Amino acid sequence: MLAWTIYISFAGALLQVLLPKGKNDLARWLALACAVAGLAIAVAGFAAGMGQGRLVIIDLPWVPSMGIHFLLAADGINRVLVLLTGLAAVCGILFSWNIELRTNEFFAFFLALIGGVYGVFLSFDLFLLFVFYEIAIVPKYFLIAIWGSTRREYAAMKLALYSFVGSAMVLIGLLAAYATAGSHSTGLVALAHANLPVTFQMWCFPLVFTGFAILAGMWPFHTWAPTGHVAAPTAASMLLAGVVMKLGAYGCLRVGIGLFPHGLDPWGFSVAGIGSWRDVFAVLAVVGIVYGALVALAQTDFKFVIGYSSVSHMGFVLLGLMTLNQIGVTGAVLQMFSHGIIAGLLFAIVGRIVYERTHTRQLAELETMHLAKRLPFAAWAFVIAGMASMGLPGFSGFVAELQVLVGAWVANPWWTAAAGIGIIVGVAYTWRALQMAFFSDILPGAHTLEREHVNPFAAITWPEVTGTVLLAGVSLFVGLYPRILLDTIEPAVKALLAGGAQ
Amino acid sequence: MNYADLFRVTLPETALEVAALVVLIVDLGFLRRTALTVRVTVAALLGVAGCCAALWMVLTWGGASLSAGSELLLAGGGSASVAQAAILALTALTLLLLIDSVFTRHVGEYVAVVLMSAAGGLLIASAQDLLVIFIGLELLSLGLYILTAFNKSSGKSAEAALKYYLFGGMSAAFLLFGFSYLYGMTGSTSLQKVTERAYFQSVLGGAPLLGVALVMIAVGLGFKIGAVPFHLWAPDTYEGAPAPAAAFIASVSKVASFALLISIGSATLRISGLYVFGQFAVEVTQRAASRAGIGGSWWLLLALLSTASMIVGNLAALAQTSVRRLLAYSAISHAGYILIGLAFLSRLDVSAKAILYYILTYGLTTIGAFGVVGVVERATGSDRLDSFLGLHKRNPLLAAVLLVLFLSLAGIPPLVGFWAKFNLFAAVLGVSAGPIPFALVALAVAMSAVSLYYYLQVLKRAYVMPTVDEAPITAHPVTMAVLLVIAAAVVVMGCFPTLLSNWINSFYPVL
Repeated sequence: MLAWTIYISFAGALLQVLLPKGKNDLARWLALACAVAGLAIAVAGFAAGMGQGRLVIIDLPWVPSMGIHFLLAADGINRVLVLLTGLAAVCGILFSWNIELRTNEFFAFFLALIGGVYGVFLSFDLFLLFVFYEIAIVPKYFLIAIWGSTRREYAAMKLALYSFVGSAMVLIGLLAAYATAGSHSTGLVALAHANLPVTFQMWCFPLVFTGFAILAGMWPFHTWAPTGHVAAPTAASMLLAGVVMKLGAYGCLRVGIGLFPHGLDPWGFSVAGIGSWRDVFAVLAVVGIVYGALVALAQTDFKFVIGYSSVSHMGFVLLGLMTLNQIGVTGAVLQMFSHGIIAGLLFAIVGRIVYERTHTRQLAELETMHLAKRLPFAAWAFVIAGMASMGLPGFSGFVAELQVLVGAWVANPWWTAAAGIGIIVGVAYTWRALQMAFFSDILPGAHTLEREHVNPFAAITWPEVTGTVLLAGVSLFVGLYPRILLDTIEPAVKALLAGGAQ
Repeated sequence: MNYADLFRVTLPETALEVAALVVLIVDLGFLRRTALTVRVTVAALLGVAGCCAALWMVLTWGGASLSAGSELLLAGGGSASVAQAAILALTALTLLLLIDSVFTRHVGEYVAVVLMSAAGGLLIASAQDLLVIFIGLELLSLGLYILTAFNKSSGKSAEAALKYYLFGGMSAAFLLFGFSYLYGMTGSTSLQKVTERAYFQSVLGGAPLLGVALVMIAVGLGFKIGAVPFHLWAPDTYEGAPAPAAAFIASVSKVASFALLISIGSATLRISGLYVFGQFAVEVTQRAASRAGIGGSWWLLLALLSTASMIVGNLAALAQTSVRRLLAYSAISHAGYILIGLAFLSRLDVSAKAILYYILTYGLTTIGAFGVVGVVERATGSDRLDSFLGLHKRNPLLAAVLLVLFLSLAGIPPLVGFWAKFNLFAAVLGVSAGPIPFALVALAVAMSAVSLYYYLQVLKRAYVMPTVDEAPITAHPVTMAVLLVIAAAVVVMGCFPTLLSNWINSFYPVL
């Protein structure tokens, strides 16, 4: 059933292309209908899959001579991520309700991207996964380059090239794995059981892992992320931060760790305390957490703050993966979900609700607008989103990051200590942005007040309210009752770690 | 050999030559006073009919081969037939693109030259003898020089043709010189005998002359496929030649040349088994055959050409402002990818099939690309990148075709270009997973990431950047239909990659 999320998205994209020009409302409602249908299927698939292990959805031979199958399957990990994609898609469309330029093309690229993302999450065949992974690159480029803002062509090209270089690294690794395994199947499960030689795994793992981690925003390959997020139109930022970065992290987990578990084994020697690829990537993840947070603290552009915060939060995902223990990896998967929701909400507030009315993202200019009074909805929505982003208890981020930190402590206490600094700085930059943008105490002069009285901000629209409430509500609900996701994630992580690592 | 056999085996070539004569007679004899559009349509359709007839003959009787005594002259079936069928189909497509063109009044001559060139292509695709190879290559090349010069009102066309001719003449001389060394060393012109004897000579005492001969041959054939450092003609020719001629050069001539390289590579691999000399019996293994004789240094030459082509082609394409030159450098880099497959050819036909899959789909895509360039060029008067500005508004369908074709050239799934690359690289790693083939494949994959940049430069102009001129561009319905069919084929074959590979497989004997 979950396979229909893919078909509906691509069919929707095709329909959008065929729509006559000028039917913008039709395009919007059609896109929303496709996304809602996708979400409904994702929810139904999630509910139906509770307490079940891996279920094959569809398995058709695609290129029989090479053993490539059109193989889609669902387990606890990807059910959660498909759910996230459904939510992000619906909210992304709600927050792009005001797109007037080439509307149908916008939604065509948007739905094609969503279809690719669903495809990556559901594929259980290595090459199918790779195919969907690359399908997702092109729509991203056009979404940013056509509908973006600040330095959009530069940012779009940078994003496309980073993604393509990452996928080229993955392709090299996959070809090598396919040739080395000598098996006549490219199924993930079949390849995981192919007993690839340890020396092969040792060099192939970092190649594939880095290739995917580029898209997950791993430091020092993160630089596409802030520029890309800032340049992208709101809905695309929400998708980029919300689900596209998760594609990378998911690839790291499913392909990197799942196929090459011995790539994480100790080298047998250690340099400055680093004795395996696991240490290398964990250190990079921790650096990403702290570096992203510190850079976010220094930004003058509101959207860049959120952009760098994504780098920091994705560091937690990668750190969680490198703990290689049950609690850490579970935390990483939950963090993928949680960050997808929270980053989407933050980008929606900054890029849409605030920017569409103030036409600036400079914190220094926003400071003089006393937005708390003029846009109370945005202010309080950002308070909630900020609290969630900081990792306050009661929100999904808290549960996820706590698990990652506990897992990291088990693996290496120093990682936890260093990541802790990132959390503290995280509070600081969120607080700073909140204070400067909404609650600054610079009082407006009489002249400004009068001008503001004449030109009040446009009222908050229903799509904005719906989207905000949906995202904030999900984050709160998962924070208060994390078992709803954890019960699904945990068995799948256990199976993955047992089948692959250790 | 008797002449009846010769006639039967070369029926497709004969059909093309007959069609060429019919076109000339009809066009010059009956249609002199009719409108140019009628003449173009009639000539192109007659040419297409000739191609279809020849294609039918290849598909029906393509399995037959021709020998003189014990020496094979023309091979049938397998790679040769696939390449011949591809040459005919692609020639027909380039002829259909002609219907929209106005660069010449001499349409009859144009179509006739195209058909004769294609006949040369058919010959080299199946040639197994050095002399036949050379004659076929000359027949193909001479036609290409004329086609390049066909736009008599354009100085660029004449310049490009002269450059192409001079380079071509020189490389033909190199090739012939190399062949003469081979003949001198082995006393035979049959590819099979030459490779066998060269092998034993090099095993018995080393043969420095063999190395010289192979370098010469690599120069000659490297020129045909546009491999670096023998690529200098390509950008000028692609830029100067009329669009349908450029499409023909970029597709048909490439298919033929790569088919020839497959024959040469396969011949070096065929020398394994038991050889008896007087009272000695020598068992030659596959491994040994690839280490000595022609196989010993041939792969190294190809690997060097391939590395240089991939790097220079992709990097030089980054700097181009003319889309035709960009396509030329992209063709050079694609030749580089294919050369990896040729350097590590497998004994079974896996590699040959992968190479044919690649060159066939590449030829198809590139014909489409030149078709789009031709339409844009007619409307805007130039093939600069900026002529493509706002194409999505000026002709959305054409822009969509461009998107599909260029993304396929970049190797983005689920388009056919991705499967071509994937099949090829998988075949290379299947032959040998040693460090050198792996490094070459890694370089190729990395370079295709570079290539995305310049393909996106064109697409960016078509879709993203604002335009001043929004006047719609119209294309002739036939051209548009051809382009749409090509784009649809690229998508469909990409989604169902087995369609084409099954078709290719059907030419090979079942093991």
